Amino acid sequence: MLPADYLTPGSSSFNDFLAKQAPQLLPSARAGGTQSAADLAPHGTTIVAATFPGGVVMAGDRRATMGNVIAQRDIQKVYPADEYSCVGIAGSAGLAVEMVRLFQVELEHYEKIEGATMSTDGKANRLSTLIRGNLAMAMQGLAVVPLFAAFDLQVQTGRIFSYDVTGGRYEEQAFHTVGSGSMFARGSLKKLYREDLTERDCITVTVQALYDAADDDSATGGPDLTRRIFPVVNIVTADGYRAVSEEDVAVIADEVIGARMVRPDGPAASLT
Amino acid sequence: MTAPFYVSPEQLMKDRADFARKGIARGRSVIVVQYADGIAFVAENPSQALHKISEIYDRIGFAAVGRYNEFENLRIAGVRLADLRGYSYDRSDVTGRGLANAYAQTLGTIFSSGGEKPYEVELFVAEVADASEEDQIYRLTYDGSVADVATHAVMGGQAEQVEAYLAEHYTPGLGLDAAIRLAAAALASNDGEEARVIEPGTLEVAVLDRTRALPRKFKRLPEAAIAAALADA
Repeated sequence: MLPADYLTPGSSSFNDFLAKQAPQLLPSARAGGTQSAADLAPHGTTIVAATFPGGVVMAGDRRATMGNVIAQRDIQKVYPADEYSCVGIAGSAGLAVEMVRLFQVELEHYEKIEGATMSTDGKANRLSTLIRGNLAMAMQGLAVVPLFAAFDLQVQTGRIFSYDVTGGRYEEQAFHTVGSGSMFARGSLKKLYREDLTERDCITVTVQALYDAADDDSATGGPDLTRRIFPVVNIVTADGYRAVSEEDVAVIADEVIGARMVRPDGPAASLT
Repeated sequence: MTAPFYVSPEQLMKDRADFARKGIARGRSVIVVQYADGIAFVAENPSQALHKISEIYDRIGFAAVGRYNEFENLRIAGVRLADLRGYSYDRSDVTGRGLANAYAQTLGTIFSSGGEKPYEVELFVAEVADASEEDQIYRLTYDGSVADVATHAVMGGQAEQVEAYLAEHYTPGLGLDAAIRLAAAALASNDGEEARVIEPGTLEVAVLDRTRALPRKFKRLPEAAIAAALADA
């Protein structure tokens, strides 16, 4: 027999349902203790996103660190959220991955119950709610800071949203970066980004930005040439979400590295 | 003081079953039919907004006849059960059989409990697998009984005559368009008399397509696709 709560009309939010039915499964349920737990678990680092006419690209490096140790070399930090959006995560890796899973179910659950896709702003707001629930953990040093990118079918453009640990939601224009290497990546994007990028050039720009982040931030992983580990790149366009294949990213990464052999600081921008 | 009337359990159950059956027979039929690349659900439903066919999970679809508020309630409960199971275990741990069992228990309990009226619904729960031999289709009735059906089944109003037409004309390995045409013809069949005409706009069609690249195999067909399938005979 299905429990009575399952048959009771209520919210279309899976997060709300979970909070009532199985609160121990919420990512935020483990809050407790007052000391810092920041060094107990791996941290993910740099995520970059940039729009181009017709869509948005998001890319993440592959490194997770625990203090000075590299915890994982090939972690995935950019995930599909639903058919028209993706989410990248910086911060406490285990919590962040769990939060992404919850976010994916949240969007799918709404879609199935309501029989309609959630609006882009609705999705961005739901993610805010999930992060806000994690505030107690963030204060113990287990913060999760995502970057959300979606193709908005209503206005037919790619959109990027950034967040702070309190769940504050900010829409970004053109490009944005999060994580420990984000300031270097953002500097790089400032010089390389232009509004009329093609899809492929936009991928190149994000790979360049991650290279620059890895160049100056020890917690961001650069392209691993011996193991052939390259950034994870996702694209969302009017045709929906798509992960760029490893081979295609490798080709672009090899071009970037080839050019850096000649000029290690990357392409020179014009002075005026 | 008046003694309560004695009603034998047989009579009580029979009355409840008659009540449920009458409610179900008022609606139009829903067909589930296996085709080469998956499972198709076809229902006669003039409403574009109130669905009889829905997605439950990656490989699991749901179709119902009877009272809308009752089966809508069961559908939402099924989505909640599947999503909670998939989130706390793994997506592959959500199965059509588990869902069919939960529905059977629920319908059975409501049917045999004295107080409430029985649900006036019948359900299909179908799960598409990688190979057509492993596809599963369950039919659940108002009293909680479950039947594991193969290749095709019908429930709702004129179930018997639609079933007869379907059984006569069904061949394994149909293409999707052929399966939709067959189901539409079966719904339109009229016990030997001249068949009714069913407009594409009044058909609700959805498929569980095993060839879909995404994990979610459920897809609702737009009216244009249904019209195209019916037209190209």
